[in-house]
Amino acid sequence: MTATGDAEQPIPHPALWGVLYRNSTPFWEAVKRHELELQRCAQCGHWLVPPRPMCPKCRSADSEWVPVSGHGTIYSWVTYHESPHPAFEVPYSVVLVELDEGVRLVSNPVDIASDELEIGMPVDVVFEDIDDDLTLFKFTRAA
Amino acid sequence: MPSIKDAAAVVGVATTGFSTDSGRTEYSLAAECIKAALDDAGLRPEDVDGIVKDVVDGIDAMYIQKAVGIDNLTYASDSRYGTLPLLNAVTAVAAGIANTVVYYRSANNASGKRAGSDFRAAKETKDESLDMIRYDFHAPFGLLTPDGAIGMAVRRYLHEFEVSAEQVGWVPVVCSEHAAKNPQAIFHDAPITLADYIDSDVVVDPLRVLDCAPDVDGAIAIVVTRAERAVDLSQPPAFVMANAQGTSTEGEQLSSYSRPQMSGLPEMGLLGDELYRVAGIGPNDISVAQLDDRFAPLVPMQLEALGFCERGEGAAFCEGGDALRVGGRLALNTNGGFLGEGFSYGTNIIEAVRQIRGTSSNQVSDAEVVLVASGAGGPADGCILRR
Ligand SMILES: [Zn+2]
Repeated sequence: MTATGDAEQPIPHPALWGVLYRNSTPFWEAVKRHELELQRCAQCGHWLVPPRPMCPKCRSADSEWVPVSGHGTIYSWVTYHESPHPAFEVPYSVVLVELDEGVRLVSNPVDIASDELEIGMPVDVVFEDIDDDLTLFKFTRAA
Repeated sequence: MPSIKDAAAVVGVATTGFSTDSGRTEYSLAAECIKAALDDAGLRPEDVDGIVKDVVDGIDAMYIQKAVGIDNLTYASDSRYGTLPLLNAVTAVAAGIANTVVYYRSANNASGKRAGSDFRAAKETKDESLDMIRYDFHAPFGLLTPDGAIGMAVRRYLHEFEVSAEQVGWVPVVCSEHAAKNPQAIFHDAPITLADYIDSDVVVDPLRVLDCAPDVDGAIAIVVTRAERAVDLSQPPAFVMANAQGTSTEGEQLSSYSRPQMSGLPEMGLLGDELYRVAGIGPNDISVAQLDDRFAPLVPMQLEALGFCERGEGAAFCEGGDALRVGGRLALNTNGGFLGEGFSYGTNIIEAVRQIRGTSSNQVSDAEVVLVASGAGGPADGCILRR
């Protein structure tokens, strides 16, 4: 199951509008390469998710982008039954995945029906090329 | 340490009433409402020297001045959420910057476009603020609405404390009972039953349509003045004992997904501690409250955070509804709440003032103090009013 609805309606994403939240540009560039990288404080190792210009633990401005496992579990989810945007055809689910590294990312499930979703379900990252400008990361049942 | 306790009072309140299509401009709604609130207080526009506008909803204060005939201000500010603009007014009065301050918000959120709903706004603003998290990390996956964003935390709460829809449903049931007696509450002519709630459409699982307060058109206005002035005006004053905000670790607006636990409202806990500290009273002294029912499952979470019950016991507190009815342990949202009157911040303060005056449609006898809290799931805000 994909969250992509009407192909004529682009998925809302700042990259399509010519702006990208600059703190997260390296994140989306990695996704384009089908890699999942997250920002981590270079001083104390605290994960900076969502991305930010300073570490809230040690106040260092020195950070690095680090590859992560792409493996985690479903921490929570919602299922839309009324579409908020023409790009999304209902029903579709949005998951909050807790990666093995302990950080959480919003995404969509792939090949998991909404009534099969469960808190704690193990999942792996997969990548979906939407068009030339946008690649998304999603999660499927762990092998 | 200086304190705002009892330095200011709410002396005038008004709403335009709420609808799904006002057929009027936000300008006209605001002007009418501000005049009505001043009339309620027995004050004239010439008495006003401070204005606080809701930063999201309503037109600029300079236009209000032109229409209502408020020429000279020594204090004007923008604020947001339910009781934070009240805090601006109270602090301005307590600090002697202004004598009489009007807080207003005005919005056609039902018939018009809901403020902040347009994600393309990001393109124009090019901001680096926290809201960009939503555009960048939520929008591409279709997590586009407040109910979807808060649904993640609601599911964690339901899961971690084994809370059922049959428990949460008593919040909208009791609010509908209160709304049915309030002529201003348009959404319930008659109370709903728990079965109505369970059968109502799921909008964004785990939230049903009857969990979510509807957007409305309308305006509110609230007049605040110095405590010693308040006693000479038309209405019994509602003294502001305490008024504060609370935020907490890794907070976001309805999407605090990076904090260790998502099943509680730590900012609401901080808010409660501060309100009780300043007011010098505790939850045991309070028997009527206006809590944030924009999303019903946040009510049991607030009951826990504000100390009306233990952690994890909020749903049991709500079950059966008796504790939330007039005469129960904590009469909840006696105007029907946002669920019954529509989602407009400020109505929570106004209903608390009615309780203090003894004019609520669901009056709690001897309501000497009323707690107001909003901003559940985001930056929390609240106040305690007294007779
Ligand atoms: Zn650090």
